[in-house]
Amino acid sequence: MPEKTEKLLMKGNEAMAEGALRAGCAAYFCYPITPQSEIPAYMAKHMLERHLVFLQAESETAAISMVYGAAATGARVMTSSSSPGMSLKQEGISYLCGADLPCVLVNVARSGPGLGGISPAQGDYFQSTRGGGHGDYYHIVLAPKDVQECADFTFEAFDLADKWRMPVMVLADGLIGQMMEGVVLPEPKDLSTLLPKPWAVGQQGRTARAFNHVSSMSLVPAELEAAINARFARYDLVRKTETRVTLSNCEKAELVMIGYGSSSRVAWGAIQLAKAQGIEIGLLRPRGLWPFPYDEITELAEQGKKFLCVEMSMGQMIEDVLLAVGARSARSKESSVHFVGRCGGNIPSEEEVFAKAKEILAGRSEPWRLDGRLRSDGSARGAGR
Amino acid sequence: MTEKTFMAGFGGQGIISMGQTWVYAAMKEGLEVTFFPFYGAEKRGGIARASVIVSNDEIASPLVTQAHSVVVMSADSLVIGEEVAAPDALLLLNSDLVKAGHERADLRVIRIPCNSIATKIGDLRIANMVMMGALAEATGALELAHLEAVLKSYFPKSKHGLIPMNIAAVEAGREAVRKA
Amino acid sequence: MEATYKHPKSLVSLQTKYCPGCGHGVIHRLITEVIDELGLQGNSIILNPVGCSIWADLYFATDSVQAPHGRTPAAATGVKRMLRDHLVVCYQGDGDLAAIGTAEAVHAANRGEKFTTIFVNNAIYGMTGGQMAPTTLIGQKAATAPEGRDPLEAGMGYPIKVLEMLATLEGTRYLARGSVDSPVNVRKTKQYIKKAFEAQMRGLGFTMVEILSPCPTNWGMKPVEAVEWLKDSMMPVFPLGEIKNQLEAVK
Repeated sequence: MPEKTEKLLMKGNEAMAEGALRAGCAAYFCYPITPQSEIPAYMAKHMLERHLVFLQAESETAAISMVYGAAATGARVMTSSSSPGMSLKQEGISYLCGADLPCVLVNVARSGPGLGGISPAQGDYFQSTRGGGHGDYYHIVLAPKDVQECADFTFEAFDLADKWRMPVMVLADGLIGQMMEGVVLPEPKDLSTLLPKPWAVGQQGRTARAFNHVSSMSLVPAELEAAINARFARYDLVRKTETRVTLSNCEKAELVMIGYGSSSRVAWGAIQLAKAQGIEIGLLRPRGLWPFPYDEITELAEQGKKFLCVEMSMGQMIEDVLLAVGARSARSKESSVHFVGRCGGNIPSEEEVFAKAKEILAGRSEPWRLDGRLRSDGSARGAGR
Repeated sequence: MTEKTFMAGFGGQGIISMGQTWVYAAMKEGLEVTFFPFYGAEKRGGIARASVIVSNDEIASPLVTQAHSVVVMSADSLVIGEEVAAPDALLLLNSDLVKAGHERADLRVIRIPCNSIATKIGDLRIANMVMMGALAEATGALELAHLEAVLKSYFPKSKHGLIPMNIAAVEAGREAVRKA
Repeated sequence: MEATYKHPKSLVSLQTKYCPGCGHGVIHRLITEVIDELGLQGNSIILNPVGCSIWADLYFATDSVQAPHGRTPAAATGVKRMLRDHLVVCYQGDGDLAAIGTAEAVHAANRGEKFTTIFVNNAIYGMTGGQMAPTTLIGQKAATAPEGRDPLEAGMGYPIKVLEMLATLEGTRYLARGSVDSPVNVRKTKQYIKKAFEAQMRGLGFTMVEILSPCPTNWGMKPVEAVEWLKDSMMPVFPLGEIKNQLEAVK
């Protein structure tokens, strides 16, 4: 293991893997898929030599159920995949949430739908933040923007998962996973400080506790409803304490860009282009996508700020922004929400985002409409070409 | 100082290792860096490109769309290279493979016969290091002062014997720019 | 006088939800008797599948983990890899194991996962209401094969002989098929289970005991008729005995 204070050049994928190992990840189950292949390779190399559990499963559905079994024993456990594989894992994620099991999920997203392409995309926002499987549930979603955050967020994800007894997803994309940057790795977790897990199976005979049954099943509607209500009470606490957002340069700005992960980097680049021309634009970057920073956006909307959502999708996060602005703010009429994005594995350029910002500031951009796929001038939405 | 470089060629030309070595060297010089590779799904002979940024400031988008410097290692890559180049950017061409003339008049073009120089030094595969030396000399972005240390940490031990040849290639690339 | 009947410690004293004549109750009892005999109660984990035996966690006085349909061997893999010194029992029906979870079963067997699968084969989907299972016999009627399973014309395939299929895999060490149709077969089945559990605790490799079990409700028979049908119709297709035993070879 490299020294802790040394700055290393790493790929985002490798940084997530090393972050997990330093958090005490004891088991990792996977199935190969591009563009996250460095994670299983890294884990195989470093886990097998340390006699930790590394297993390449027969499928994504099997891998996530292996995670479920290992999590039931109280172990720190992780799986990683990319978009099509995450779709397959949704079955197990629903069960993990239904059984209140902690684990870490990494999605190095690529473009869909279907097989789509292998280039970076943010088209999995809905799936990640709305409980992508069946039933009523959420889980925490963290969104790193660089290689440093890949290491830090994955490391922290294990603590959050244990604390809240839920899966925590690190939602990256092919750009973040594949790019190399300097990173200072977190110090390895002191495993003696981990939270006790009295609900886990195993060692019953040594403790004389009651038998533990890990299950998501409850065939009595009243009982199931009570269990879900209790879970949602916990979700409310998570919303109160785990909302993560960074605001930059918002005070002087009439326009605030909103973007996460790779898109926030592009937005920040566009903001620098604006600054060079004497235009101040703000950036609101959600570092976590569930819970989402509604209140912070509502507050800016009440100040009458305009918003430009920058996404590598046809517009998904923007629906949460609209919830924050439209439904929640009395003074939202002065505010408006605009969109610029690319899909299909394309990344918006700083220049095209800046161009869109200038349109908004000149009053030449039409706000986003949830009710129509086309703008009134008949052109496709966003800046897609 | 922010130097955004776009590197392009075909798989096997060492585009990826050129970019990685470049940012690794930059990191050792205390700069912020990003390196983002792009290659085709083919495992051999497809396109190979890299967005490479070194800066003494926080780096925004890792994707280079307005390059200060463009490295074109193969004929096929010239079109994309010219597309990505910012106005008045530097265009470094591997003149052994890029015979065609470029389109844009605003670009500052330097032609380096990377393949010939590399072959003369002893191995065609170090043509990428010749180009990296040229890039350092022409941009002034990196000193490449710690090159030996950088290459030592970048290459596995079994390949440390090749380091002197790589350093010679970088020096030859610098020299070629000085003469150009 | 010596006691001839004792309720197993590992079996909860509770009337089961299973139908009259169902084999699950007897099979639960055999498993718990063996757990008691091996002294593994506080050291055992049952994985209960989707199907009628999803209720198994009510009856086993052990820790348990309920897995998604067919993923039971994958979840058992996760449990056993973390708790190597525990007895891990992967309880599955024919739909769970040989239809939706075929990949998980085959690959767990092939990896030589060191847990024991108890495979309850009653040739029908029980809980969902008598649909055709992968082990339904040719000509056997089911809710989704009203004229009987027809492998050719209707393209319904043939009954899968799971143990014979798994026997070709190098990771499997002990594969035996028992039945709960008669006292003598119940006793033999218990011996198979015991051998499998002992092999698991010695870390020898993948072990599975398939158990032919009656489902009078979905077969549309009285319990006694069901037992006769199991003997006359199922046994010729699914012969009893140790299909593969390499326990001596790998000692």
